[in-house]
Amino acid sequence: MSTRLPTGGRLIDRDTQLDFTFNGKRLRGCAGDTLASALLANDQTLLGRSFKYHRPRGLVASGAEEPNALLGLGKGSRFEPNQRATTTELFDGLTCESQNHWPSLEFDIGAVNNYASRFLPAGFYYKTFMAPRAAWKHVFEPIIRRSAGLGKAPTERDADRYEHFHTHVDVLIIGGGIAGLQAARAAAATGVSVMVVEQTAHWGGRAPVDGAEIEGQLADYWVRETVESLGKLENVRMRARTMGSGVYDHGYVLAYERVADHTPDDDRPRHRLWKIRAKQVITATGAIERPLSFAGNDIPGVMLASAVRDYVVNWGVSPGDRTVVVTNNDDAYRTAIVLKEAGLDVPAIIDARPEVSGALPEQARALGIAVHAGRGVAKVLGGKSVTAVKICAQAGEGAPVDEIPCDVIAMSGGWSPVVHLWSHCGGKLIWEAGNAHFRPNPDKAPTGHAGEVFVHAAGNANGAMTTSEVLADADAAGKAAGKAAGGKATRKAAPKAKEEPSEPMLPVWVMPQGADIKLRGKMWLDYQNDVKVSDVQLAAREGYESVEHTKRYTTLGMATDQGKLSNINGLAVLAGSLGDDIPQVGTTTFRPPYTPISMGAIAGEARAELFQPVRQTPIHTWHEAHGADWEPVGHWRRPYAFPRDGETVHDAVKREVLNTRENVGLLDASTLGKILVKGPDAGRFLDMLYTNMMSTLPVGKCRYGLMCSENGFLSDDGVVARIDEDTWLCHTTTGGADRIHAHMEDWLQCEWWDWEVYTANITEQYAQIAVVGPKARMLLEKIGGMDLGKEALPFMQWAEGELAGIPARVFRISFSGELSYEVAVPASRGLEFWIKLMMAGEEFGVMPYGTEALHIMRAEKGFIMIGDETDGTVIPQDLGLNWAISKKKDDYLGKRAQERSHMTDPDRWKLVGLETLDGSVIPDGAYAVGEGENANGQRNTIGRVTSTYFSPTLGKGIAMGLVHNGPDRTGEVIEFPTLKGGSIRARIVDPVFYDKDGEKQNV
Amino acid sequence: MLILTCPYCGVEADETELSPGGEAHLKRFGPGSSEEEFEGYLFMRENPKGVHFERWRHAYGCGKWFLAARCTMTLEVFGTYPAQTTEPPKKIRDAISAKRPGWSWGDFK
Repeated sequence: MSTRLPTGGRLIDRDTQLDFTFNGKRLRGCAGDTLASALLANDQTLLGRSFKYHRPRGLVASGAEEPNALLGLGKGSRFEPNQRATTTELFDGLTCESQNHWPSLEFDIGAVNNYASRFLPAGFYYKTFMAPRAAWKHVFEPIIRRSAGLGKAPTERDADRYEHFHTHVDVLIIGGGIAGLQAARAAAATGVSVMVVEQTAHWGGRAPVDGAEIEGQLADYWVRETVESLGKLENVRMRARTMGSGVYDHGYVLAYERVADHTPDDDRPRHRLWKIRAKQVITATGAIERPLSFAGNDIPGVMLASAVRDYVVNWGVSPGDRTVVVTNNDDAYRTAIVLKEAGLDVPAIIDARPEVSGALPEQARALGIAVHAGRGVAKVLGGKSVTAVKICAQAGEGAPVDEIPCDVIAMSGGWSPVVHLWSHCGGKLIWEAGNAHFRPNPDKAPTGHAGEVFVHAAGNANGAMTTSEVLADADAAGKAAGKAAGGKATRKAAPKAKEEPSEPMLPVWVMPQGADIKLRGKMWLDYQNDVKVSDVQLAAREGYESVEHTKRYTTLGMATDQGKLSNINGLAVLAGSLGDDIPQVGTTTFRPPYTPISMGAIAGEARAELFQPVRQTPIHTWHEAHGADWEPVGHWRRPYAFPRDGETVHDAVKREVLNTRENVGLLDASTLGKILVKGPDAGRFLDMLYTNMMSTLPVGKCRYGLMCSENGFLSDDGVVARIDEDTWLCHTTTGGADRIHAHMEDWLQCEWWDWEVYTANITEQYAQIAVVGPKARMLLEKIGGMDLGKEALPFMQWAEGELAGIPARVFRISFSGELSYEVAVPASRGLEFWIKLMMAGEEFGVMPYGTEALHIMRAEKGFIMIGDETDGTVIPQDLGLNWAISKKKDDYLGKRAQERSHMTDPDRWKLVGLETLDGSVIPDGAYAVGEGENANGQRNTIGRVTSTYFSPTLGKGIAMGLVHNGPDRTGEVIEFPTLKGGSIRARIVDPVFYDKDGEKQNV
Repeated sequence: MLILTCPYCGVEADETELSPGGEAHLKRFGPGSSEEEFEGYLFMRENPKGVHFERWRHAYGCGKWFLAARCTMTLEVFGTYPAQTTEPPKKIRDAISAKRPGWSWGDFK
């Protein structure tokens, strides 16, 4: 059984006891524990069920590489699934639960998959769920969805807050082990600014656990001294609990700080995402031990040798009473020695190497541990925990020669440098045969904006394996980075460490070497995604020769641990199956983040009202106070309608339309884009931008204009007013202002840069209010200040003056077909002007109206709306707007495109009005069907609806649509099938439904 | 995430300050041009592995369009220059030649 040892544990404080629960069970740990060490101290070795086969699983590792111990952490608004027990610091009151089982962790029905594993090989889904097509929706998809994904999704809104920090630094060092600390020392000495981030709560990494001695002192002591001295330097920043998550182009790095995971409720942000620009980056990210592939290597109790050592040394926890060590290298002997020294039983060390000598094995032998050379594990016995191990000859096929009872197996297949961050931005790797691992290739390092190397790997992460090598390597990296970042070279030598003699390791990818299919089918490579040696071999047999294909086919390395334990082993098995060398097979691509980061941290402060800035008009507060039903339009919020008490939104829209047509309505049109175009060449410029002629527009007049892309498609429309000899004011659509302004600047700066034209987007400088309806003039005359009579200000002209004492520019334009004035006043006086109009208008029955009434009234008049009648494939000619296209101009943007054969083809879908025979409303987006069927057996389409409304004015459904040769078919009845079945019949009519002659707007 | 220096305001701008505008040095063909010329102008683009010329706008800065010469493989930036030119200035071409001898792009080398 696993338990807390009476002594030891360099990271825990035994005097501070913390209570926590696991699956409702009350347990107790110490301050300094991780959730993993605390669970282990309470003999909780079974922690979850595997993804595919629901096999019992326990801890394998002690850090970020842990694949199994993923738990649901917290409750309610602080619940989060898939939290790694090994990287979760214990706190008082922590609650957690295990995942992926039903009805309970101990008894899980899903475990039948385990017995059916023969029938669930690699590519099972691809091979099985193919036909019939209909089975997808009702059989396959529901089953797959139920078994997909680990853990449960949270159901409540996240109670925590998150933030982003931005910073610049000369040298960023990722990893706070001895390599990171020495690199920091060396870089800081060159005088540049340095930042060191460490993913755990502790500095020093593995060195203190592994018994390193530096400058004659224990590593623990050296780490403490170094951290203290770095802390005193003004040019050094140090952040623990901060993981370097990704390295990106030109020295951009994301780091993920877990500020308050271990102190919930203390009002600090939970996570912080650091966005760092570094001139130089040093990855001192250490190395990860590899598992060995033997049958039953996933049974709870089989752990990495380094993890077993960590639990004993760091947290004073014994993973079990009797530990058998299985290895192919010297390092695992340290675990045997640590266990023995802690008073625990180590019945055997099984070493795959035929000859075992050297200092560490001798030390183990001297402690009385039996070392079995040339041996391997035939099979691990046990179900929910290890009970014994059968050993065999490594060179054989697995015939057991002995059986050793034990409850823990500590395995070591060698060490792989953590090269993820090196690789994120294009750093390449080389295969180091001696250590059987990939390490950074210094000749192919990630390069920055000037082509300079900007990432250096240091220490274990660079393939340096002994303490002396690590310190020398890190020192060199720190000096190089400091110098490259503009620091001054220093001569101080790297610290010396005690020699650590080590005999060569022996690469072992399958144990035993000649294992049969029965054994290979129980050798796990990827614990989290349940991928076995036999799966990768099957993929190779089926022709998946590329490692990237094999990865996707078998899902090897595609779990949330990104194959930290499984990549190299899987690669080696694939290489073996293909008869290739490992470097020839290559690696898969490492991608950020290094370990999963929270969605909250990515969002940062951008949530709720800060998610996206909302643009508000100067009259927003009035709308809000008068019950506006909001509609988002671009980044703006506009009132859709103003429902009164007891009124539905639909009722309100109807009332607003009728009142505007009978009395007078007010529309807040402030969101309309307003761009001032000025200069000696402004007229010439606008003639290029608009399809019609703007240079000839007389001062004081307005003209409706269309803008097209170079591809000929209609992109925006609006009214242009000539302000003076060299100034035009261009109105754009609400959503189009920024885009059109950018479009203008693009052509001015990049094509016609010798033209003297200036543009300014003045959208927000003005509040614009449309006063619309037969009583509009009466209302404006009442508030007074300007002559707005028929002769003084005719239709399509504008005038400047004062209304109710407020400076105003009045445009006599109409988007509703009514007598209409659009009044622009300074934004700061918009609300005042609106209120004055509302008060003065009471006797005329004034009411505000929203965007829906605006839409209906324009549709009744047959006016197009950008985004409804246009979709990026429609040219003005399709919309019957030929009258707005100048035939006199040699050129305008889109003219050449509109000359293409397809554009001039008379056989196009064109705009028409549609009047339903039964008065109903055609559904939005409905298609009209014609004779015959297409290649897919669907009825041919002959048109579609672009705008459709119930017209309160006419008391029936009206629509506009694009119909094949539409205008030529006026009077014809066409059919629109509906989603509910059946269809609506509509007659093709003129798109102008209301006041065809414009008598109402021209009074 | 790229850093490009705006040749107008001199700011070393993060990519988040910039908006991309596709290929640089396009020659506009309008009415009167042939179908081939117009097609080339509107649709045909270089897609190099290596030296490339692009349009960028310092959209959340000074608002100016500028051109950048960079390597699409390594993201090395050879230089940025104002957009008011029909071809890369000699200084930029020399900077590219120093790093990528024998380069060519469209009609430029």
